[in-house]
Amino acid sequence: MASEKVKVAIVGSGNIGTDLMFKIRKSNSLELTWMVGVVPDSDGLRRARELGYQTTHKGIDDLKDHLDDFEIVFDATTAHAHYRHAELLKQWGKIAIDLTPAAVGPYVVPVVNLDQYLDLQNVNLVTCGGQATVPMVHAVSRVTPVKYAEIVSTVASRSAGPGTRQNIDEFTETTARGLAEVGGAERGKAIIVLNPADPPIIMRNTVYVSLEKGADREAIKGSIEEMVSEVQRYVPGYHLKSAPIFDEDRVTILLEVEGAGDYLPKFSGNLDIMTSAAVRVAEGFAGHLKKRKTTGRERHQESVA
Amino acid sequence: MSAKKIWITDTTLRDGDHAMSHQYTVDQVRKIAQVLDEAGVPVIEVAHGDGLGGSSLQYGFSLEKEDKYLRAAAEVITHGRMAFLLVPGIGTRKELEEAAKIGAKVARVATHCTEADISEQHIKMAKDLGLDVHTFLMMSHMTPPEALAGQAKLMESYGADCIYVVDSAGAQLVDQARERVRALRKALDPKTEVGFHAHNNLGLAVGNSVAAIEEGATRIDGSTCGLGAGAGNTQTEAMVAVLSRMGIETGIDLFKIMDVANDIVYPVMRQQHVPRIDRSSLTIGYAGVYSTFLLFANRAAEKFGVEARDILVELGRRKMVGGQEDMIIDVAVELANKAKNKPASARAEARA
Repeated sequence: MASEKVKVAIVGSGNIGTDLMFKIRKSNSLELTWMVGVVPDSDGLRRARELGYQTTHKGIDDLKDHLDDFEIVFDATTAHAHYRHAELLKQWGKIAIDLTPAAVGPYVVPVVNLDQYLDLQNVNLVTCGGQATVPMVHAVSRVTPVKYAEIVSTVASRSAGPGTRQNIDEFTETTARGLAEVGGAERGKAIIVLNPADPPIIMRNTVYVSLEKGADREAIKGSIEEMVSEVQRYVPGYHLKSAPIFDEDRVTILLEVEGAGDYLPKFSGNLDIMTSAAVRVAEGFAGHLKKRKTTGRERHQESVA
Repeated sequence: MSAKKIWITDTTLRDGDHAMSHQYTVDQVRKIAQVLDEAGVPVIEVAHGDGLGGSSLQYGFSLEKEDKYLRAAAEVITHGRMAFLLVPGIGTRKELEEAAKIGAKVARVATHCTEADISEQHIKMAKDLGLDVHTFLMMSHMTPPEALAGQAKLMESYGADCIYVVDSAGAQLVDQARERVRALRKALDPKTEVGFHAHNNLGLAVGNSVAAIEEGATRIDGSTCGLGAGAGNTQTEAMVAVLSRMGIETGIDLFKIMDVANDIVYPVMRQQHVPRIDRSSLTIGYAGVYSTFLLFANRAAEKFGVEARDILVELGRRKMVGGQEDMIIDVAVELANKAKNKPASARAEARA
């Protein structure tokens, strides 16, 4: 049965890469073959070895002699590294799912626009705040025009790594662009707050969407609720803290994102929604690849797998 | 302490912007900046209360565009220097660069007291642009003095010229302020200055500022009429009078700054909100909550039919930090629901 799955590799054996590994293990359509790191004694590489995956601590270049081992690569390194990885993967004819801020490819939020990009070779996951909030903005903008959307993501200090901390402007700027480009708002703004409380807080997002006079509140509410259940299919801990709050000129959506606790702790909903979305995106590509390969063969094989 | 000099930064046009609900007109900003400058205030801070880029649904939209306020103030500040506030996570280097271009000479970069490492790129850029950098460790009552000094060391390593102990909640008792300033003074290079920024929620703003000076702080924040978040800041004119009585030089003309407060600022603030120690602001100091939450909590209390004091106490219990204004709605909704469900749950309990 495993042979029916699409083979994938992870580059980057930090928190995100390791959590990805655990999520891919649960996937029905992806099979992990390689975990690539640069730190030989990292926890991620050690766990990958224990679970029987092939590993290297010499970076992505070590994969060049194993090109039959994977079709899709998750890049959980840094923006700087991804620029180079993106070139290599393109030469190798592999699909890159970019979890860094590099954004070589277009922003993808699985519930909103994945289908548009399945023939591309590189897509980017925006930011954790973007994965959490863009679906909500889209839920509103698909029923009524949205001039402005603003989000506030609050994450536990312990789940904001050095990458986020040293490049916090990248978070706000990229997320804001995501709200517009993918969410469908004319203009977006993003704010991030780190909270060091102990025990750590679960990731919180507040989404403010400006509304025109006479916007259909029932339709907006319905669209939001529908979208929440769509996101819940890959992030079960994604939920509204209360019913959407309507004011004259805006709707306020209070969201909480609890992680699955695969490798990262449950409060790290910010990291969990990134890895969950990435796996969802890879599954989308996997389905598309298989569809292309099975053309001419019997379609029902797929469902048997 | 003889012949000592203390530098006051006046924040009427930044922290005061909270109390003004961001409704300053450009003319008011120009006028206030001009008279503060004429009174001899060495550093005049101008920005949205939540710093550059703070104009938002979360914190309140400013009446006018940010650059208009900055330009108006820059035109009239000739003796002193214009400062701005930037809170990483809200504002970005783009706005920082713009403010420097308009003529700001001092960058004030603020993080929560345990998160100094998110300010590195902003501090470095400000230094590269030739600005003086004063940094804020906000809500500093929430972390012990030694840990606070460790965070200050980080900011110093990025290039900060002065690091402020910021009592954003106006919650510090005199000894708490003292210990924090002392810890920073001890840990930092002698060339790095230490500052103190107070809120008067417990009535201790001037007193704590004096204690900070006794421990080696050389920069103190104030605002005329105390116009600022919560019960307001250290009152600039009162601080100048106290320092003058202590024989400490500020370079500010006492009578002129009194006149600025009474004749220019008071009539402006009276149209919006006059900060004072009342039930809500006192609760903020007592519960250790971000002073800026005051007006938001009052509004949410009215909207959802709950007590502002209950909201504030709950926010303190949950250890909310600066910038989490959205949690005020969250808590208010929860309290309102709890109140609604109370009869039902009481009945359930009785049955059990």
